[in-house]
Amino acid sequence: MERYDRLSITEADDLVFGRCPRPLGVAGLTIGGGVVYPELNFTLPPMAVNDATMPEVRDEYYQMVDEACARAVALDVPGLVVELELLPELTRQPRWGAEVTAVLRERLDAYRSGDGLRSALRVTPNDMRDFVRPPLMRTGVELEHMVASFEACARAGADMVSVESTGGKELNDDALLNGDLATAVFALGVLGARDMAFLWDTIAGVAHRECVVPAGDSACGFANTAMTLATGGYVPRVWAAAVRVMTVPRSLVAYERGAVGPSKDCAYEGPYLKAITGYPIAMEGAEAACAHQSPVGNIAKAAADLWSNESVQNVKLLGGMAPTVSMEQLAYATRLMNVASAHGKAVELRDWLVESDAGLDPQAYVLRPDVVLELAAEIVAEPTAYLRTRRAALATLQALRRGSAEGAFRLTRPEHRWLDRLSAQADELPEDETTFVEQVTKEVDSNKVRLDQYDLATT
Amino acid sequence: MTVLEELRQAVVDGQAKMAVAKATEALEQGIAAEVLLAEGLIAAMNEVGQLFEEGEIFVPEMLVSARAMNAALAILKPLLADEGEGARTAGTVAIGTVQGDLHDIGKNLVAMMLEGNGFNVVDLGTDVPPARFAEAVRDGADVVALSALLTTTMTNMRDVVEAITEAGLRGRVRIVVGGAPITAKYASDIGADGYAPDASKAVRKVRELLAV
Repeated sequence: MERYDRLSITEADDLVFGRCPRPLGVAGLTIGGGVVYPELNFTLPPMAVNDATMPEVRDEYYQMVDEACARAVALDVPGLVVELELLPELTRQPRWGAEVTAVLRERLDAYRSGDGLRSALRVTPNDMRDFVRPPLMRTGVELEHMVASFEACARAGADMVSVESTGGKELNDDALLNGDLATAVFALGVLGARDMAFLWDTIAGVAHRECVVPAGDSACGFANTAMTLATGGYVPRVWAAAVRVMTVPRSLVAYERGAVGPSKDCAYEGPYLKAITGYPIAMEGAEAACAHQSPVGNIAKAAADLWSNESVQNVKLLGGMAPTVSMEQLAYATRLMNVASAHGKAVELRDWLVESDAGLDPQAYVLRPDVVLELAAEIVAEPTAYLRTRRAALATLQALRRGSAEGAFRLTRPEHRWLDRLSAQADELPEDETTFVEQVTKEVDSNKVRLDQYDLATT
Repeated sequence: MTVLEELRQAVVDGQAKMAVAKATEALEQGIAAEVLLAEGLIAAMNEVGQLFEEGEIFVPEMLVSARAMNAALAILKPLLADEGEGARTAGTVAIGTVQGDLHDIGKNLVAMMLEGNGFNVVDLGTDVPPARFAEAVRDGADVVALSALLTTTMTNMRDVVEAITEAGLRGRVRIVVGGAPITAKYASDIGADGYAPDASKAVRKVRELLAV
C-alpha cells in the first residue's frame, strides 16, 4: 500500500494543466506528459435498455463514437480519451456493457489504423450496491454484477477502468441537506474511506489481472451533490466548498489501494489528488455545461490533464449530434491550453482561468492552486482518513474565513452565518476516531446504513 | 407578543420544544387547535418559505422549522380530529424515483419542501415499480410525483402513467414529473398533468394542480 504523507507538487506554478510528476502512458498517449487531451463522454437519448433494444443501443454508441472520432480527426486533435460511463442496465448485465465496450474499441482502433487518431478508452461501471436499501456494500448480487462488469469490460477492450463509488452516500445525502458536518465527516472519512479500501482492492485486483489501468474514483455523489444543491440555493456555498475538500481523503484512499489515475472527470477534488499523488487528473467545467451547471467552469481547467464534457445525450443539434459538438468544443478548449504550453505560457493562461472564477464563489476559491497546496499539505500531515477529513473541514473553513476577510470572494450575510455554524461544528470533532464513531453511531438511523458493511459494530 | 405569535416565531426559529410549549399554552388559553394550525404553524411555514425564497435561509433551516412544526402539530392533531378536521393537510403526495433509477436527493428535496408546505408526503423511495405508484393512488394519494435522472429511466414515467390509467385511477390523481432530462413537453407527451424544473417550483405546481 502506498502512503501519501507529503505533497508531490509543492509549488503553485507546478500545479498546472497538462503536466504532472507521474505521467501515465496509456495506449500510446502520455497523460500528464505535457499535452492536455480531450476526454469525451456520451450517453443514450431517451430510450429503454433491454434485450429487445440492445441492437439499437449498440448502433447508438457506434454512431456516437464514429462521428465524434471523425470530428476529432478533422480538428487534428493530438489524441483522444473516450469514456463509456455504463448505465445501470449495462452494468447489471455485464455482457451488454462488454458489447458496447467492444463497439467503441473497434471504432477507436479503426480510426487509429485508418486516420492515425491516437486514443484510449475508459470504462466506468456503475456502483450498483445502493440499489439495495440500506446498501449492501461487501456482499450481494449487485456487487457481483459490478465486479463482473469490470472484468467483462476490461476483456472487451477498456484501457482504463474507473468508478463513482457510493460508500457512505447513504448518510451523506441527509447530512448535506441538514448542514450536519459531523455526519458528513463520518460518511466521508469513516464509511467512505473504509469502503474505498475494500472496493479499490477489488478493482485494482481486476485491473492488474486484466492488464488495464486502475484509473481512479470520484466523490461525485458527495461533493457534486453539494455543488448542485448550492447552485440551486438549497445549501450555502461555503458548505459545498467545505464538502469538496472534505472528500479528498476519501478519494485518496483509492490511490493508496492501487489507483493511479487519471481520476474521473467529475472528481473536482482532482487538483488535490494531483498535488498529493503526482498522478494526472481528468477535469470538467465550461464544456460540461451540457450536463450540469457549475461555478468552476474555467478554474477547473487549471490543473487538468484530460478535459471532459462530463456527459451528453445523443440528440441532434444544428452543428451535428451532441457528442460530436462536444468533441469539437473539447478540441478547441484543449488546443488553446496546449498552444499556451508550447509557448511557455501555461501558467499565465492558468492564472487567467483561475482569476476568472476564484473571486466569484467559495467553491472556486478552494480550487485555486495556492489554496489547493495549502489545504492538501494540511490533509496529508494527518495519519488517518478520519483525521484527514476532520483536518480538511477545519482548515477549509479557516481558509474560507480568511479568504472572505481578505476580499478574495464575497459571501452573503446568511453564508457568513453558516461559516460560523460550520466552524462551531468542526471545532467539536474529537481527535480520537473511536470516540467520534461512538458519538455518531449512537445517532445513526439503522434503516439507512448497515454499519457492519463497514466493519463497524452495530448499535 | 401573543402566544400565537410566540408559537409562530418558535417554528420559524426551529425551536421544537418551545413550539410544543407554546402550542400547549395556547390550547390552555382556549385558542382552538384549528386557529393554532392556520395562524401559527402554517403561517410560520409560509414565512419560512418566504425567507428561503429570499435567500435568507437554506434547506437545513427549513428542515429544523419543519421539525418544530411537526412537534407542535403532534399536540394539535388529536384535537383537530375531535373537531372533525382530520390531519388538515394540504393534500397527500406520493413521491418516488421511477424503476431502474436510484437518484433520490432531488426527490428527497421535493418531498421535504412539500412537507414543509403542509402536504402529507408518502415517500415510496427509489427504483419504484409502476404498480407501487398505482397502489399509492388507491391508498388515497391526491398527487403522484415522479422523478428520474437518466435518459434511459425517464421512459419508465410513461409506464407509471399507464399503470395508473389501466388501474382505473387516473381520474382521481394528478401526476407531476421532474428530473434533469425531463421537459414540460415530455410531461405532456406521456400524459402527466405537470412538470417542475426544481423543488421550489414543484411545490408551486402541486399547489396549482390541487388548487390549494
